[in-house]
Amino acid sequence: MRDPHAILEMRTITKLFPGVRALDDVTMTVRRGDIHAICGENGAGKSTLMKVLSGVYPHGTYSGSILFESEEMAFKDIKSSESVGIVIIHQELALIPELSVEDNIFLGNEIVAKGLIDRRTLRRRSLDLLARVGLDVDPGTQIKTLGVGQQQLVEIAKALAKNVKILILDEPTSALNEDDSANLLTLMKGLKAKGITSIMISHKLNEIAEVSDAVTVIRDGRTVETYDVEAGQVDEDRIIRAMVGRSLDNRYPDHEPNTGGEVILEVQGWTVEHPTVPGKLVCKDESFVARRGEIVGFAGLMGAGRTELARSLFGRSYGVHKSGQIFLHGAPVELKTVREAIRHRLAYVSEDRKLLGLNLLDSIKDTIVSANLRAVVRRGLIDDAMERTVAERYRKSLRIKTPGIDVGVATLSGGNQQKVVLAKWLFPEPDVLILDEPTRGIDVGAKFEIYRLIQDLADQGKAVIVISSELPEVLGICDRIYTICEGRISGEVPRSEADQETLMRMMTTTVGSAA
Amino acid sequence: MNAVKQVFGTDFRQFTMVFALVALLLGFHLASGGKMLTPGNMQNLIAGNAYVLILAIGMVMVIVIGHIDLSVGSVAGFVGMCVALSARDLHFPWWAALLAGLVIGALIGCWHGFWLAKIGIPGFITTLAGMMLFRGGVIWISGSVSVPVPPELNVLGAGYLPEWGPAWTYLNNSTLLLGILAIALYAWSQISTYRRRVADGETGLSFAAVIIRVVLVGAVLAYVTFLFGSGRPGTSFPVPGVILVALVIIYHVITQRTTFGRHIYAVGGNKQAAALSGVSVDKVYFLVMVNMSFLAALAGILFVARATSAGPSDGNMWELDAIAAVFIGGAAVSGGIGTVTATMIGGLVMATLNSGLFLMGVGQDKTQVIKGLVLLAAVAFDVYNKQQGRPSISGRLFGDRTKSETTAEPVQIAPTTPGATGQ
Repeated sequence: MRDPHAILEMRTITKLFPGVRALDDVTMTVRRGDIHAICGENGAGKSTLMKVLSGVYPHGTYSGSILFESEEMAFKDIKSSESVGIVIIHQELALIPELSVEDNIFLGNEIVAKGLIDRRTLRRRSLDLLARVGLDVDPGTQIKTLGVGQQQLVEIAKALAKNVKILILDEPTSALNEDDSANLLTLMKGLKAKGITSIMISHKLNEIAEVSDAVTVIRDGRTVETYDVEAGQVDEDRIIRAMVGRSLDNRYPDHEPNTGGEVILEVQGWTVEHPTVPGKLVCKDESFVARRGEIVGFAGLMGAGRTELARSLFGRSYGVHKSGQIFLHGAPVELKTVREAIRHRLAYVSEDRKLLGLNLLDSIKDTIVSANLRAVVRRGLIDDAMERTVAERYRKSLRIKTPGIDVGVATLSGGNQQKVVLAKWLFPEPDVLILDEPTRGIDVGAKFEIYRLIQDLADQGKAVIVISSELPEVLGICDRIYTICEGRISGEVPRSEADQETLMRMMTTTVGSAA
Repeated sequence: MNAVKQVFGTDFRQFTMVFALVALLLGFHLASGGKMLTPGNMQNLIAGNAYVLILAIGMVMVIVIGHIDLSVGSVAGFVGMCVALSARDLHFPWWAALLAGLVIGALIGCWHGFWLAKIGIPGFITTLAGMMLFRGGVIWISGSVSVPVPPELNVLGAGYLPEWGPAWTYLNNSTLLLGILAIALYAWSQISTYRRRVADGETGLSFAAVIIRVVLVGAVLAYVTFLFGSGRPGTSFPVPGVILVALVIIYHVITQRTTFGRHIYAVGGNKQAAALSGVSVDKVYFLVMVNMSFLAALAGILFVARATSAGPSDGNMWELDAIAAVFIGGAAVSGGIGTVTATMIGGLVMATLNSGLFLMGVGQDKTQVIKGLVLLAAVAFDVYNKQQGRPSISGRLFGDRTKSETTAEPVQIAPTTPGATGQ
């Protein structure tokens, strides 16, 4: 039964939270030197499992056993798991922005001589570690001046400083662009060649396919299956089936494209300057249209200026407006504030749900009416009965899963939170709905529902603009697609003529460059 | 520009602050007709502000962890009164009274630390309560009357170093010795740092720059030695000043060179990240609060020692002076940023304003207004520069912005002007 190559075995791990069985009898084995992928929907228990393994949840708060190099482990905190060489890199990077690269690498693990930090050794070892992860920066640089991709490499250097044997990466590429992601995956393969075992939690099936040697799928706190794969030959559909527990032959609902409606929104020559860097343009002479009943996609890499475009259109809530004109139903309008934008029936659903979309202290009811409070005011006071009617209506029509509308939005899952935000922006009855990454951080099942909803809205005669960095999503639901590159619209194609390759090419083509 | 950087280092903000402090001192000296930079006035300035500066040392650590301590004035007053009462009513010898005071200070710190670290009440509230508690306490235990302090303690608050040795130096020889030691230590540390960096294979270092720096700083130290040593016979660099300098050196090392210090900045910069790196946030919170109240106790003792008696309103509003010093020294309200040395300069700027305006005959009313505006201006300046992604005024003063701007936005593609592309 025992695999002689196993470096780690987790047996019958069960972890209970009040009212929730987060992990239920999970067993998995990781072989020495493998890159082992763990997949599962949000909330399936992947992160909980890794927190058990790394001692964030100490021994005694769960049942089951952890065998590391054939010995039973009882970690009481992160330090004790790190002392044997199990290091976790969390999704939210554990770096201190104001401290230098070298101080971060050795944070919690300082090199001390005679009670004082030994700066010389610190510097020497930092240079060595940075070389190992292929990051060429001065170790004295402050973390905040580095890009996310570089910060991720610092995290790995930090793990290497602890003589890591098993490196756990929780969604390591979720914040990275394509180049940085590719770079990171290459580094992981390099670490594997040096004998370091990695466990990677990821949603991104293409990444799993590229580097993993084994896959474990977790659903609802249980192991569904574990099997070996050959890097480069992974059956993505098999993983998806296991993750959602049903066959998703079609990840996107069918919908008849509609691109023949009258133009509702037209933007001409839209040019916007960065809010704090004068002279830096985030939108450069962008023009586009959106028609009634149409789903328009905006595809672009991170940092291309998609969100900047959307927010600057929405009542100039981002950047400094330089030039350009918005037309609604053919008439020019000036939308200088968010209030005016809402009054002209524009809605913008932010990509950052928790920071910009929701007040996490509010209840569902309060959130839904918050963008159009005037509609529930009677005689100068907010009418509680009207509020309830409205909130109940949206709860039913959007199928928000909740015990009641007085529940705090913070308690909802990502998918249901997103529905609440959608409800909030549907209540002002917009004609044009701009959805910025509408399915970010939402699991596969809920995504399908959000797509259905987007299509329903289009069928009701609204113009829906979907901003997304996931190409399959753009291709799956949009009727017509614009690509954005470096603040310019670099192309426009109907869905019927688009595929991933052409879109990616357009997204990376700088318009007007010398060539 | 590069030469200037080689000599003064790259910390422009600190350099600007020192520059501003020197300009203030010289400006007031001229405006007051030569009354500012005299031995007597400078000795007073140091002895009269040592307690606020000691508070500021603790305060900068509290502010770096992202909290604030409003209780320090009350704690200082309370401990000062405890010292006086234990000597008068319990007949403690002076040293036991002093020790008791420091222990009481540390215990008060444990009290604050408990509510902050264990219960999780924000420092603002914990110490607001402490401010009321201990202000009430001092009035209560003293019965609203002043209590004399053992005269032996006076040397701590207002004493001078002894006179000894030959008279031909025309200086206080203790001060002279301290000055020579300071210069020698500075020169030694600079040169050995340089040697070590060269040995580690760093290139582009200029030995001439090190020498120039040592000579310049040495000259300043020599002048300071002369200034403090050439007062009327019997005076010297004041004892509270010596205590302050010792504390600054100790706390500078603690904050910059020990794991505890590193953890303070880590917790202040990103609490969750620090915890995930294995830093005990609670422990850091607790120890910083204990330390703060301990220093507040010390400040209170120095103050009553100088005043020779403890009064029920001692320490009123001191917290605000200490907090102002920290923020003028460039600390961030959100935590994670701030150093002991910069805070000392911030505190000295405030002290110099007080003293200089007094010498020029400006009343308390206008002095307060001016200090308020200076605080606002200093912080506004920081905020503005942060928004612009520039380091400080001096960066612009010397026209060197390249480094700061490229590091501020490393991931962005170089901006193109609309005219240059597309059309």
